[in-house]
Amino acid sequence: MRGPDVVWYLAVAAFLFCTGALGVLMRRSPLIVLLSLEIMLNGANLALIAFSRHYAQGDGQIFALTVMAVAASEVVVGLGLIVAIARKHLDLDVDKLSTLRG
Amino acid sequence: MIVASVANVLVWAVWVGAAFACIGSGIAVVSFSNPFYSALALIGNLASLAVLYLLLSAEFVAAAQVLVYAGAVMVMFLFVIGYLGDRADAPWAGGPSWQAVGAVAASAALFVEVIVVIGLKTSGRLSHSPSPGATFGSPYDIGRLFLTNQLLAFEITSIVLLVAAVGGVILGSHSRETEQ
Repeated sequence: MRGPDVVWYLAVAAFLFCTGALGVLMRRSPLIVLLSLEIMLNGANLALIAFSRHYAQGDGQIFALTVMAVAASEVVVGLGLIVAIARKHLDLDVDKLSTLRG
Repeated sequence: MIVASVANVLVWAVWVGAAFACIGSGIAVVSFSNPFYSALALIGNLASLAVLYLLLSAEFVAAAQVLVYAGAVMVMFLFVIGYLGDRADAPWAGGPSWQAVGAVAASAALFVEVIVVIGLKTSGRLSHSPSPGATFGSPYDIGRLFLTNQLLAFEITSIVLLVAAVGGVILGSHSRETEQ
């Protein structure tokens, strides 16, 4: 295999996942939380495709495509929720949206 | 021999460029205070990830990444950010400062754990990847897998997309009713 080994791809994937986790934990805007979630999913996708290449079997790529579809669905529902929140003139702040807290 | 080593150096150079673009734009997404710039940085992140997928000979996934993510999903993000306008501008870090410190510590600990596990357990075994077949990663291969071995994943994905579409419609219509 030309170029770097699979291990290097895995390191990049781990860094992406942790960056996304940092954004989800730290940011308050629900829009940026959704964007960080996309980064986490993409880190997982990169690991899946790297292992798919390592074992020379296409099943990991199928899993990555499924993850993409799930990410698209999640963005649809998340953005619908954000627009619904904005139409009710509530603050776009995940710390203040605590109505469902028991 | 010389041609092979030049190709190897080229692949390494492309990999380094794509990986650093990926990491830098990922950090930019998390650190911009304006969601519009974050979304633009995420487009760069997705594009450089597509380059990494191409290096892993996953051509179809790279094309789907650019079409589905950078094409459809990001347009929807930018549309919502434009719709919200000023209200989308968020304060940078959340809540009390111990929350930010805890978030940084948690994600750094996660990263160190993953790197240590990769370094300890897999360093020897992951160095020799077998060369894949000629159709690896092509639409032919993906389509064959989707319709034979992975048919269940294909069907479940279609159901997930249908449920998401119905959910989006219900969320939109509900918020319109409450507004009136």
